[in-house]
Parts: sequence; C-alpha cells; structure tokens
Amino acid sequence: MPLQNHRLEPQEYERNFTDIHPPFELLDTAFIEANRCLYCYDAPCTKSCPTSIDVPQFIKQISTGNIKGSAETIFSANIMGGGCAKVCPVEKLCEGACVYNLMHEKPIPIAKLQRFSTERAIAAQWKLFERKPSNGKRVAVIGAGPAGLACAHALSLEGVNVTIFEKEAKGGGLMTYGVAAYKVTDEFCQEEVDWITSIGGIEIRYNTEIGKDMSFEDLQSEHDAVFIGIGVGVARHLGIPGEDLDGVVDAIKFIYDIRTKDYADVSVGDKVVVIGMGMTAIDAATQSKRLGAKEVVMVYRRDEGEKSCTDAELDIAKLDGCSFVWLANPKEVLGANGKATALVCDNVRLSDTPDASGKRAIIPTGETVTIEADMIIRAAGQTPFEEFIQHSALTNNSGKVNTNRQQATNLKGVFAGGDCVNGGKEVVDAVQHGKDAALGILEYLKPSHKE
Amino acid sequence: MANLDSTFLGISSPNPFWLASAPPTDKKINVLRAFEAGWGGVVWKTLGDQVKNVSSRYAAVDYGGQRMMGLNNIELISDRPLDINLREIREVMKEFPDRAMVISLMACTDRTSWHDLVKRVQDNGCHGLELNFGCPHGMTERGMGAAVGQDPEIAKMVVEWVMEVAEVPVLTKLTPNVHSVVPTAKGALEGGTNGFALINTIQSLMSVDLDTFIPYPNVGGHTTFGGYCGPAVKPIALKMLTSLGLDPATANTPISGIGGVTTWRDAVEFMLLGAGNVQVCTAVMKYGFRIINDLCSGMSHWMDEKGFVSTSEFVGLSIPKVTDWEDLDLNFHIVANINEDKCIHCGLCYIACEDASHQSISLAPGQPYNTYAIKEEECVGCNLCKLVCPVTDCITMVEQRKGEEYLNWTEFQRRGLPLNEH
Ligand SMILES: Cc1cc2nc3c(=O)[nH]c(=O)nc-3n(C[C@H](O)[C@H](O)[C@H](O)COP(=O)(O)OP(=O)(O)OC[C@H]3O[C@@H](n4cnc5c(N)ncnc54)[C@H](O)[C@@H]3O)c2cc1C
Ligand SMILES: Cc1cc2nc3c(=O)[nH]c(=O)nc-3n(C[C@H](O)[C@H](O)[C@H](O)COP(=O)(O)O)c2cc1C
Ligand code: SF4
Ligand code: SF4
Ligand code: SF4
Repeated sequence: MPLQNHRLEPQEYERNFTDIHPPFELLDTAFIEANRCLYCYDAPCTKSCPTSIDVPQFIKQISTGNIKGSAETIFSANIMGGGCAKVCPVEKLCEGACVYNLMHEKPIPIAKLQRFSTERAIAAQWKLFERKPSNGKRVAVIGAGPAGLACAHALSLEGVNVTIFEKEAKGGGLMTYGVAAYKVTDEFCQEEVDWITSIGGIEIRYNTEIGKDMSFEDLQSEHDAVFIGIGVGVARHLGIPGEDLDGVVDAIKFIYDIRTKDYADVSVGDKVVVIGMGMTAIDAATQSKRLGAKEVVMVYRRDEGEKSCTDAELDIAKLDGCSFVWLANPKEVLGANGKATALVCDNVRLSDTPDASGKRAIIPTGETVTIEADMIIRAAGQTPFEEFIQHSALTNNSGKVNTNRQQATNLKGVFAGGDCVNGGKEVVDAVQHGKDAALGILEYLKPSHKE
Repeated sequence: MANLDSTFLGISSPNPFWLASAPPTDKKINVLRAFEAGWGGVVWKTLGDQVKNVSSRYAAVDYGGQRMMGLNNIELISDRPLDINLREIREVMKEFPDRAMVISLMACTDRTSWHDLVKRVQDNGCHGLELNFGCPHGMTERGMGAAVGQDPEIAKMVVEWVMEVAEVPVLTKLTPNVHSVVPTAKGALEGGTNGFALINTIQSLMSVDLDTFIPYPNVGGHTTFGGYCGPAVKPIALKMLTSLGLDPATANTPISGIGGVTTWRDAVEFMLLGAGNVQVCTAVMKYGFRIINDLCSGMSHWMDEKGFVSTSEFVGLSIPKVTDWEDLDLNFHIVANINEDKCIHCGLCYIACEDASHQSISLAPGQPYNTYAIKEEECVGCNLCKLVCPVTDCITMVEQRKGEEYLNWTEFQRRGLPLNEH
C-alpha cells in the first residue's frame, strides 16, 4: 500500500500526540520534589546546562513559595526556559549530572520543576523584565528561532531596537516546525514567542526571507549590526541510487508537515524505514508510528554505543514499537513503477581503533540486507543553508559559519549563532549562542569599541 | 526480644511509654484505643475547674517539606465535666488494670481547692498524680500552671498541700519557661514530691499569615502566645532533664521525660540522660496511637543488641558524659576526612566550611563534578562539614590528638600555652 493519510480515528491521533512529559498536577508534588534538592554548591546540574540556569536557586525558590523569583532565575539565564523544560534532552544535561545519580537514586526532576515555574509565569504574564529606554541602536536578526529570539531579547533588554526577519509565518524556528509534536504544542510555541517579545522593542517581520525578499546587503546597511540565526536546512542527501523514487522523504519536511497540518492530513507508509539514529531520526520514527504506520524500522550504520540520541529517546522509540537494524549502511533504494519498495544496506563492522576523524571506521562485511519499505525517511544529519552563507561571504566550515567566542563572524558587525554555527545541536545551545552574541553586539555597539 | 516491663515510682506498666496529659488522653474512647494499641500508661488530661476552649487552637512549623516539626497550642485543661472524667477513668481502669493511670491536676492556688481535688481524684481511683505546674497559657493569668512552676516558693507550698493528703505517688510537671528548672524542682522536692515530669510546652508565637498579617493560630483575627512542643523542642527538654540529673539535690529523684519524643531513638536518649520513662504527645497527635509498635520494637531490639535485659539498666548512663566546658580536654583534636568513594560532589561541605567555618576544604574544579579535599592542617574539627554532608559516613572525623595528656582550659592558661596565631 502506498503512502496514505487518515489512517487513524481523531481520538487516536489525539492520544498519540499528547504531552509526553506531563506537568506536576499538584502544588504539593512540586514541593516534595523541590525539597529533595540538596541545593548543591557550584552545582553539577547548573554546570551541565548550556545556559547555566542556577538550578539549585530556582528549585529552592519553589520550595520557599517564591515562584516569581524562581521564574526570574530561570528566564534571566534562558528566556526559552519554558520551552527548554519541555524539549531539552535533560538526561544528558542537567538531570544527567544531578548528584542523586551518584547515589543511584532518581535525579531531581529539574525540567518538570522548571516547567512548573515557567508555565505559571507565561500564563499569568508576570512582568519579570523591564527594558531599558531605547538607545536608538538598531539591530537586525535573521531567523526567529531560539538563537534569534534569545539574542533579540537580550539586546532589547539593554535598549536596542530589534527587527527579526523570519521566512516562515510563525516564530520559534524548529521549536515550531521541528520538535516532536508530543513535546510542545503550537499554542505553546506561540505563547513563548509572545512572552519573549512582550518586553517590547522587538518587531518580527514574518514571511520575509533574507536573500529573497530582501538582500543581506540592504539589511547590513540599514542596521548597526546583524545577527544570523537561520538554523540548518533539509536532511542530508544520502547520495545513493534510487533516492529520488516516490516514497523517499526528508525527515525535516515530514516533521514540518506534522507540525503545520492536521495529523490526519499527513501521509505515512505501511512499512517505514528511517535512516539515522539522532534526535530527528527518533522523532521521525516515533511520529510515523503514531500516525499509524504498521511497521517502523530504524537503520543505523554504527552500533548502539555510538548512537547520537540519548537512551531515553531510544526508549521512546522502543516503547512505540519501532525495531532497529544496527551496523547497516544504506546502499540503494529499490523501486517499482517509480515507487520505493525496499532499502538495501551493506552489513558493516566498526574498526577497533578510531580513524583520522576520531570515529571508528565503517568496514563492509561483504554481506547485504534488504529491508522492505514503502516509505524511507532520510534523517542522517541536516545540510546547512550553504547558498546564503556562500553568497554573503561568511567564512565557514562545510557550511557551518565560523565565529569567535562572542559569536562574531568575519564580517564587520555581523554575528551568528545556533544551528547555523554548530551544525545542529539543541534548542538550549542555540539560546546560549544568542545570549553570547548579544553581549558581543552590545560590546560592538559601544562608542568606545575598537576593532 | 528484651522485655520492656517498666516500674516508675512504684507504678508498673508493660512498657515505659506513657501518653502525656493532652488531647489523646482526655476521654475514655481515646484512652481505650491507646491501651488496645499497646501504650503502657496514660497521664489523663489535666483536671480542675472546668474551662472553655477557643477555636482555632493549634499551629505548626513545617520544615524542609515535612509537616509539624513543632506544634503549638492554646488549649486549656480539660473542658469536660469533672464527674464524667472520673467515671470514665474508673471504667478504663477496670478494662485495663495492668496499665498505668496517672491523673494530671491543676487547682486554684489555695489549700482547700488542692485538698478537695486530690481527694476526689484519688478516691475515684488512680496509680499516681501529676501536678501541672507547666501550662504556659490561659491558666497563668489565673495564677495557675506555669505561674506556679515559675516560682520555687509557690511550687513548694502547693506540693506541700498536695502531699498532706496524697495517698499515691506524686509527680510534679515542670515548666520550661524559666531560666533553669532546677530551683522549681528543688522547691517541689522540699515540698515532698516523689518525682518530676518534664517538660511542659514552651512559650511561643508560631508564625504570621503574610496575606492577612494575623499570626497563627488565628482566633477571629487575633492570636495569643501558646505552648510549643514536638520534635523541635527535644534538645531543650534533654538539656533540662540533664541539668536535674547533674544537680546533687535532684539527681536521685525519678523523672518522666517529655518533649518531642517521636521515635524509640528519642526515648532511649531521654532514658540514657536520666528519664525513668517517657511521655508522648505531639507524635501521637500527628500519627495516632499506632506508633507505639515501633517505639516498643525499636527499643527492644536496641536493648538486645546492647545486652540490656531491663529498661532500668540504661537509665542515666549518659549523664556522666556531660561536664562543664572548663573540664573539656583541649588536647583532643579531630580532623575531617572525606571518603572519595562515597562523595557525591554536592559541594555542601565546601561552602559550609568556606563561608562559615575555617576555610579548610579545597576545591579542584571539574566538569561537572568538583573534587573536594580536607586541608588537615587548617581543619579545627568543628564537625560542620560532616553535619551538612548528605551521605552517611562519607565524612568521618579522625582523631589526631594534639598531645598525649589531658589538658583543660585552666591548666592551659596556667602553663601560659599559646593561642591561635591567625
Ligand atoms: C526534527 C527535530 C527535532 C528536534 N528536537 C529537539 C528537541 O527535542 N530538543 C531540542 O533541544 N532540540 C531539538 N532539535 C534541535 C533544535 O530544534 C535546534 O537546535 C534549534 O531550534 C536551533 O535553533 P536556531 O535558532 O539556531 O535555528 P532554527 O530553530 O532552525 O531557527 C532558524 C529560523 O530562521 C529562519 N530562517 C532560515 N533562513 C532564513 C532566511 N534566509 N531569512 C529569514 N529567516 C530564515 C527559519 O525559518 C527559522 O525560523 C530538533 C531538531 C529537529 C530537526
Ligand atoms: C494540645 C495540647 C494540650 C496539652 N494539654 C496539656 C494539659 O492539659 N496538661 C499538661 O500537663 N500538659 C499538656 N500539654 C503538654 C504535653 O503534655 C507535653 O508536655 C508537651 O506537649 C511536650 O511533649 P511532646 O513534645 O511529646 O508533645 C498539652 C500539649 C498539647 C499539644
Ligand atoms: S545536582 Fe541535583 S540535588 Fe544538586 S542542586 Fe542540582 S538538582 Fe539539586
Ligand atoms: S571539621 Fe569544620 S573546619 Fe574541619 S573541614 Fe569540616 S567544616 Fe572545616
Ligand atoms: S558534603 Fe559530602 S558528598 Fe557533598 S561534596 Fe562534601 S563530602 Fe562530598
């Protein structure tokens, strides 16, 4: 059977896409968990948060009933602290470092507590930040994703007037168009953007693509500085025969559809193969299953020890009933009548010692495996927006923009951060880049600034 | 398992756990259930002239997510008719003849009132009397309760009146709302008391509602000072108990220990510091009578481990371990030691020592875990780090004497030994 939509009943879609990490139902349960926190000094959880949220402090503030103060602590380190509480892979960040792990005890549910305070702040629209009077400076931000929004907020706080140019119709970047639907809702993403812009001084121009609707050069000349937070583009091509057959799809596009259409309108195959083992691959696999695919197989050319998703994410895929083929390197897509029918992979093994790239080399064993499939999802990394980057003469490393510690690029007054610099990490990393860049820009805008 | 039979002032009970005079002992239906649950005895809720109580009556201090670290009340003595109390006491004694039945009393400060009350109650039947010289609220304004306990002369006089007619053992329940319990205890002893009970509740104002600004407990917009009890008061009770054990005048008089007893460990501590038995109130007000099971089981197992066969064997064993500061050995010196294998790198020891003690712990930065080590030459052996460390036995204190011989402060000064340089 070919790709098909409307596979499930409305209630089934609803059930499959409800919040995977539900919030604390009761105030008391939040207090119980908050009180378990030891209030560590130079806390490992804080040191493992890319935005350095003062975790013991915000948790202590929950336990003293100072929820506003708690939200202030979170947001002043990470203005997307609300969204991060829902999407961060915490098991490899703060919660993974919580000292309770060393006692072989459940770590403090940091994200859940963070959600407790931030949700209240956003819902009640607590005014936690006061913008300094406008200083007349104008900065352009390209991309209303986490990096751009964080940069804009930090700049506006200091009195800079910011204009964000966003090619899509909504803000949030991959938070709105990429992250799995069972982690955040569209309403939440919208509320979060509104929350960030509520300090004033930030204008977002939607449906405006820089390089198409307006030139980068015009932008530069009309502003005192520019921040580039354009993220990365579509999923990397595999470069194997049969890749353009019907049924071979791009994970980013597939997920974009899930986030922008009714679930019932998104088509999915009977037998789905997902190539890759990162967070995007997991999201593509689990959401295929939740849209009603009968069988989902994840294919990865390395072994489980080298997967880039976390154990918790892999567990979600396992619980959703996905199966896994490790050490299989895609070789060819087979088809009939222009439609994909199977994926052929080389069986491989890994060299004992790492090669020049620092990873263990992939060595074909000479055998192959053929996996039947009517839908094949590419999710093995994303390609940078090279065209934009080359065109604007930014120095880069295979499309990843080069920056210094303050996120300054080789172009005067041009800063960059987020996925377009790191090649695709997490929301929280993009936020930190946005913060760092804002500091760099403020420094750059000072009259005393010297090259 | 060790037998917990107890004899206190000649009153026997199947274990040394009595319920203190308070709401759990104020009527037959409660006390019957307490005895069914296994309590060794009760001190019946204080009887006297019938009173009227207010609403609300209690407030609590919560701590670290736990409810009721301390409890406060503004209740008075029994608000039920004396006749009914006496009839119920008779009925309970009939059903549970093996349990201790002590009646708490409080009368107006005149001889006739005390004589009448004592006679009426003991004629009705009981194993002992407890004189409530402790209630810190409501009754003091009427010249009763703590007003008696705070004046050694009045205390002596009232005990004398009681002893003129008493035919059963008499306990005097002391108030902690004094600079020292010893003078009142001596007064009561001179008056002829057979034993002491301590402590009653401590005067307190619990907390304030941050929205209405009305302190708790709120009685129609106002509060009044109340009596504090529960786990928070235990160290204060232990100190008062021990000071009676250390004073030669009071050292040999039996004491029923009260104040924050919640677990069998608390009870053992009270007894090691000289209590012949213990009384419990708040713990039962929080959890109910069922806690008697672990009180008995825990004490009994502990006795087996230590080789004690009777509860009287360990009473007072810790008193000789308490001395004056001047007699402490200045050559005794300990230093902290961190067990690297147990350490969870929370940094609590470090920041405590750094900000509040002797800057004796070093920090080697790590991502994400720092490593902490004791600078032995700086460590003064204060215990703070060990007290804050969340992992049991992770920090231990290791003895490193400064000198062979015992050296107290007087001797230290006499020899003109040097003080700290920095
Ligand atoms: C499928 C998927 C799932 C993910 N799941 C998680 C997760 O669970 N948790 C997590 O922490 N991270 C997750 N991530 C990663 C995370 O979404 C990104 O790291 C993060 O969004 C990067 O932020 P950014 O601001 O750098 O870029 P983006 O979020 O990509 O935002 C860039 C913005 O720039 C706009 N833009 C691009 N080019 C132009 C232009 N020329 N002109 C104007 N606007 C432009 C884009 O439309 C977009 O809005 C996931 C990513 C994917 C793909
Ligand atoms: C609500 C309440 C009422 C009390 N009433 C009396 C009383 O009538 N007579 C008395 O001697 N002590 C009374 N007490 C004091 C207790 O008997 C006991 O001495 C005190 O609570 C300390 O013990 P604990 O820490 O186990 O509660 C009362 C205590 C409470 C909490
Ligand atoms: S490491 Fe864990 S216990 Fe320590 S402060 Fe962080 S959340 Fe609290
Ligand atoms: S015992 Fe006191 S001085 Fe010594 S390391 Fe611990 S806290 Fe510091
Ligand atoms: S307090 Fe204990 S567990 Fe925490 S760092 Fe110090 S020694 Fe380690």
